[in-house]
Amino acid sequence: MILIYLSSGLFLGWSLGANDASNIFGTAVGTRMVKFRTAAIVASIFVILGAVHSGSGAAHTLGQLGSINAMGGAFMVALAAGFTVFWMTRLKLPVSTSQAIVGAIVGWNFFAGMLTDYNSLLKIVFSWVISPILAGIFAVLIYLLLKRVLRLTPVSILRLDVYTRAGLIVVGAFGAYSLGANNIANVMGVFIPAAPFEAIQIAGINFSGTQQLFLLGSLAIAVGIFTYSHKVMQTVGNKVVKLNPQSALVVVLAEALVLFLFASADLHNWLISHNLPALPLVPVSSSQLVVGGVIGIGIVQGGKTIKYRIAGKIAAGWVITPIIAALIAFFALFFLKNVFEMKVSNPVSYRLSKPVVKRLRTHDIIIKEDDRNKKFKNAIKVKRFVNNSSYLSQTDLEEIVASARVDSFYFSSSRLKNFQNDHGELFSENELQRFNDLKGQRFSHEWQLRDQILEKVFQQKKAALKNEENNHKLELIKENFKVSHQTN
Amino acid sequence: MLLKKTKQLERKVNNFMDIINEAGPTLKLGVKAYFNDDQEKFTELLDRMIKLENRADDIKRNIEAELYERTLIPEARGDVLALLEALDDIVDRSKETMREFSIEIPQILEKYHQSYLNLTDLSANAIDQIVKAARNFFNNTMQARHYVSKVYYWEKEADRESGSLLRKIFRDDELKDLSEKFHHRAFVERIDRVADIAEDVADKLSIFSIKRSI
Repeated sequence: MILIYLSSGLFLGWSLGANDASNIFGTAVGTRMVKFRTAAIVASIFVILGAVHSGSGAAHTLGQLGSINAMGGAFMVALAAGFTVFWMTRLKLPVSTSQAIVGAIVGWNFFAGMLTDYNSLLKIVFSWVISPILAGIFAVLIYLLLKRVLRLTPVSILRLDVYTRAGLIVVGAFGAYSLGANNIANVMGVFIPAAPFEAIQIAGINFSGTQQLFLLGSLAIAVGIFTYSHKVMQTVGNKVVKLNPQSALVVVLAEALVLFLFASADLHNWLISHNLPALPLVPVSSSQLVVGGVIGIGIVQGGKTIKYRIAGKIAAGWVITPIIAALIAFFALFFLKNVFEMKVSNPVSYRLSKPVVKRLRTHDIIIKEDDRNKKFKNAIKVKRFVNNSSYLSQTDLEEIVASARVDSFYFSSSRLKNFQNDHGELFSENELQRFNDLKGQRFSHEWQLRDQILEKVFQQKKAALKNEENNHKLELIKENFKVSHQTN
Repeated sequence: MLLKKTKQLERKVNNFMDIINEAGPTLKLGVKAYFNDDQEKFTELLDRMIKLENRADDIKRNIEAELYERTLIPEARGDVLALLEALDDIVDRSKETMREFSIEIPQILEKYHQSYLNLTDLSANAIDQIVKAARNFFNNTMQARHYVSKVYYWEKEADRESGSLLRKIFRDDELKDLSEKFHHRAFVERIDRVADIAEDVADKLSIFSIKRSI
């Protein structure tokens, strides 16, 4: 059953492999610098590595945009995105999976009555705009550097050919890794909250449920690469963008770097810890990065100007694709729910309970006496209600919704024991001891659990949750002690 | 492994260039031997030129096969093969010129010998420079253009020399028959043609260099 639900995501993965692998190995294979078989094997291996090892960063951002909590909904969201990509490709419109999936998620949010996190949405759209520009800048810099190096240390045509081939494979591997890391979120991201995969250990290495999901998704990408990308690569290599192999190397390297910048949580944290500007971890479109890179090289070579028509088409894609995908997702979800009577979302309820009101007061948000203990069926209703009763800022509203959300966490002794067995190595001896104080406790709001863990287990102030490692631990705890969704 | 084979191929390209480079001096010595009436030396040089032509053909075919079999420099392969073909024409033309001397035995007045030798010198210079340009195209593409301009220089000089020589010939009262004058013209043009071929190669080379400069 689970595979049927995942099928739409696997289809998305397949089409990603079929189309986007050409953005990495297209010119190399199209110009016969690299054999297709070599390219396909390298691309598949590194896409899988990237997805499983570094895929979670961009997926996390998508999760913030909308957390799809029922497999039926996730299935339809991925299908709507896949259909949008397929349809727009047929109409020869520029389209990217990243843009389609974001639209489809927003469509689900509307349908399920969830609030869309506009901060995340803004972050994502900003990334789409900045990423091709960044790819162009990188391409120019790498191009100039390579030119300088070749001028200082001349290499014979034949040797340059050998080096370029090797470079195309190495850079291609890096590109494939980054593509897997950045784009797996498009393929499998929507399934994360609802997929019932348990963490497993193989050869002493822990594979989280998400990583297993990403492995499946990246295998689908690999199948796409082997079965269909050859044709696309021939087209890219020979018709659309004519590049010589050295320029292709530059473009692919620029593309891979940008994908990596938008995907790697490690790099993101490193940049932040060194007070450098870091980019949000967001799935971006590899096709648009290639266009950015090619335009960059065109400018630096002179003679060619920016083709505004292409740039305009890309910009239109930023707006049109998500809107179409959102509409398709919305109507498809409606259809699935009402005609097939399938569960496409698990309702999340909200309650302005006593502790919530108390907590909000610490944020200087006062809930009126009459409104206390009110229940709401979904976030949009909370928003409407709060808006009607008083004027509040967007941040306040978000705070209310986040605080009032009803969840259920239970620290049963059996769960505690399992958790300490499975993840004991992540925690210190003292921390493990302190877990026992939580035995038997229940929490009906996520923030209650967080406050308790911080205070009792980590013995930290609430504001101190900036530590990535502790954040990761907290996510694990939430995952392990969550009781299935409440439907009241 | 791949680099080893590439080095072998580089050696072959270098050998090919050496052969083309020999065509210039051989032609020079051949024309000189002809004017000196040194039959034996001339035949020996003609033989050498024929051997050069055969060897150049062999190596060229060999390089061609290797480039295709190992799908090397796929995007520049057509250009490289066109370049080798054009360079090969230089040896072919030089050999043909010497063969025509041996077949037609043109009667050239002694007063023109020096001009003929000068013209041959200029053509040989053009060959020398085009081979340098071609070597650089393979090894250091950016430098190739420098030598290409020298080829153009020598070709123009050869044109000037052949023009002035032909003007003298056609105004010469000693040469009564037009057929004699035409025979002269044929040989002046044949020697000048070698420099023209070098110029054609230079044209190709400058386009290829621009294409190759990333």
